[in-house]
Amino acid sequence: MQQRVELTEREINRDLLRPNLTLQLRFFVVVAVCGAIVAMAGGALAYAIIKGVGVYGVNRPVMWGFIIVNFVFWVGISHAGVMLSAILRLAQAEWRRPATRAAEVLTMFALGTAALHPVLHTGRQWRTLYWVFPYDFGRGIWPDIRSPFVWDPSAIFTYLSGTIMFVFILLVPDIAVLRDRTTGIMNKVYTFAALGWRGNARQWQFQIIAGILLSALILPVFVSVHSIVSWDFAVAIAVEGWHATIFAPYFVIGAVHSGVASVITFLAVLRWVFRWESYIRPEHFDALARLMVVVATAWFYFLVVDFAMGFYTGEPAEIALRYAQMGEWPGNMLFIIFMATGYVLPIPLWLLKNVRQSPMMMFWSSLFVNIGMWLERYILIIPSLAKKQSLTFAWGHYAPSPIEVMLVIGSFALVTLGLVTFCKFFPIIPIYDVKEGRAFEQHIRIGKVNVPAVFREE
Amino acid sequence: MSHDEAEEEVMVLKTRTEKKYGMVVDIDRCSGCQACVVACQSENNVRINDDRDFLQRRAVQWIRIERYWEGEFPNAKARFIPMFCQHCDSAPCEPVCPVYATYHNNEGLNVQVYNRCIGTRFCANNDPYNVRFFNYWEPVWPESLRNQLNPDVSIRSRGIMEKCTFCVQRIRRAGRDAAKSGIPLADGDINPACVQACPTDALVFGDLKDEDSKVHAMKNDERSYQVLEHVGTFPSVYYLKKVDKHATEEGHGKH
Repeated sequence: MQQRVELTEREINRDLLRPNLTLQLRFFVVVAVCGAIVAMAGGALAYAIIKGVGVYGVNRPVMWGFIIVNFVFWVGISHAGVMLSAILRLAQAEWRRPATRAAEVLTMFALGTAALHPVLHTGRQWRTLYWVFPYDFGRGIWPDIRSPFVWDPSAIFTYLSGTIMFVFILLVPDIAVLRDRTTGIMNKVYTFAALGWRGNARQWQFQIIAGILLSALILPVFVSVHSIVSWDFAVAIAVEGWHATIFAPYFVIGAVHSGVASVITFLAVLRWVFRWESYIRPEHFDALARLMVVVATAWFYFLVVDFAMGFYTGEPAEIALRYAQMGEWPGNMLFIIFMATGYVLPIPLWLLKNVRQSPMMMFWSSLFVNIGMWLERYILIIPSLAKKQSLTFAWGHYAPSPIEVMLVIGSFALVTLGLVTFCKFFPIIPIYDVKEGRAFEQHIRIGKVNVPAVFREE
Repeated sequence: MSHDEAEEEVMVLKTRTEKKYGMVVDIDRCSGCQACVVACQSENNVRINDDRDFLQRRAVQWIRIERYWEGEFPNAKARFIPMFCQHCDSAPCEPVCPVYATYHNNEGLNVQVYNRCIGTRFCANNDPYNVRFFNYWEPVWPESLRNQLNPDVSIRSRGIMEKCTFCVQRIRRAGRDAAKSGIPLADGDINPACVQACPTDALVFGDLKDEDSKVHAMKNDERSYQVLEHVGTFPSVYYLKKVDKHATEEGHGKH
């Protein structure tokens, strides 16, 4: 670890609360731009509802398109929050402190956005509610629990409500800080949201216990969510590219891969926008990049196994499918971009300390990973449907329609809008957590340098 | 209706029919004339596919003639295989529907409940035969065809899945007529539109459980096989492979 600037508590409050207590033009600009894109996507959705899902590019046999690819992508992004926050909290990793809330909030908005996708996807959007909630009790017709589609909403909503609770409980002390520094309507809102937080020992005790409990409870949910999403594909015995038992762990680790990468992107942007150089430090990027190297390599192993097993069968239809994924236009172009951005470029870069500690390099490399992971979902989902079985007469292809592209862009704008709004109204770096880290911190002298270190008594 | 009564009703339904409808397709007789496609289209109020539907690869044809070329140019041969819902005993499309819009009834039919369907399209993805059709657009019929619509078959609106029903309306009508007249159903009494229209009698429909039926005899023919058997769907449709001294070993599968 390097030497760092010593900050007083007053300085920490000033820096971390600046976005919340001051109004800046750029906030309105970002909200206006993102709002306009979201409104455009809303228009696209309205058009799809009025005209029918024929406005999408889906056809027969490729019945699922960009919407499902994007759904899986956002569910994947949402896996960052718990991975970073809960696991690192339980493991008491010191470097988690500035990253936890950013990860949780990203989870919240990514998952909320993902949960909208089934509504965009279904043929009769106004009936999607029947899918999510049991209905028609009188006639004894229940949702079919054999379908992974029934487990999808239950897993996603469990994870979403758990995450919102998690974010909120860890936010309460910081809301109280804001309550003490605001006036007028905002003061009333913060007063309500702070739940009478006074910061006495008893309240802290409850808050810490709740945080640890939720961390532990949310971990199994985190594993289940993307496993269940993967079953949407893995149970499909008719689709050779999907029907693989490896899909559940493969999807979970892939989700962590893209999720942690997106947290790095988010942190780099935060550091740049709010000039939080002394909070989000190179050592944090360094630690995240080390984590990424492990996660990405584990994910890459699953990827290789999935493809190797496909080739191992030697079935003509399976070989044709793998050829479509890797050899045929546009699969070959997409596959090269996917491999380059998803693994081949960033991982060797992250082995270099200079890259790991450079926020700029980490921003671009983590952005690359998510481009790659979006393409990975596309490559797994679409060609498998286009070449389903050996009845070649029914084989097809897929190209997205402008409406689908608009909805995908709109989903990115929606998540950005959520993150920006959250950063405006709540501190995105947990103030008390940073201060707590400082309290644990001690300095050891190595040669002529003072190096910060943390000692804990268990 | 109380719970016990409902359960009793279900038991009655279960025991009433011991049927398993199925079809045998004699590839050797199929000339690829597509009469079955047209018959199905008009019997079942299947939407009129225009250029747009075909170009978008969204045409709805409950039965289609798949055409495969065999051999190189001078000696090229066209092979036809009629493909339609196989009404599988272990249908992959059924368990993936979250709202029970498709299920297996006690006559061996794979039934689609249009009103319940919300259009997740999972069933179509998990259908190895690609015989489930989604209504991407609201169906429209030209004014001149309004009066040819079959009143026994409901029209499917956009956003839902549809597929071959083995002309369930004809099965029901035959059952009602039999009950009215007191004469039990005989083999060959029920014929889906495609079977009725086939000029070469390549399609044969009947009860596979009835040991005296024509389909039962034909399915045990030595030429008999089932499409994509390895997927484990246990289809109710049997194909009889082409009798051709030049043909390859398998009637299909090598394209």
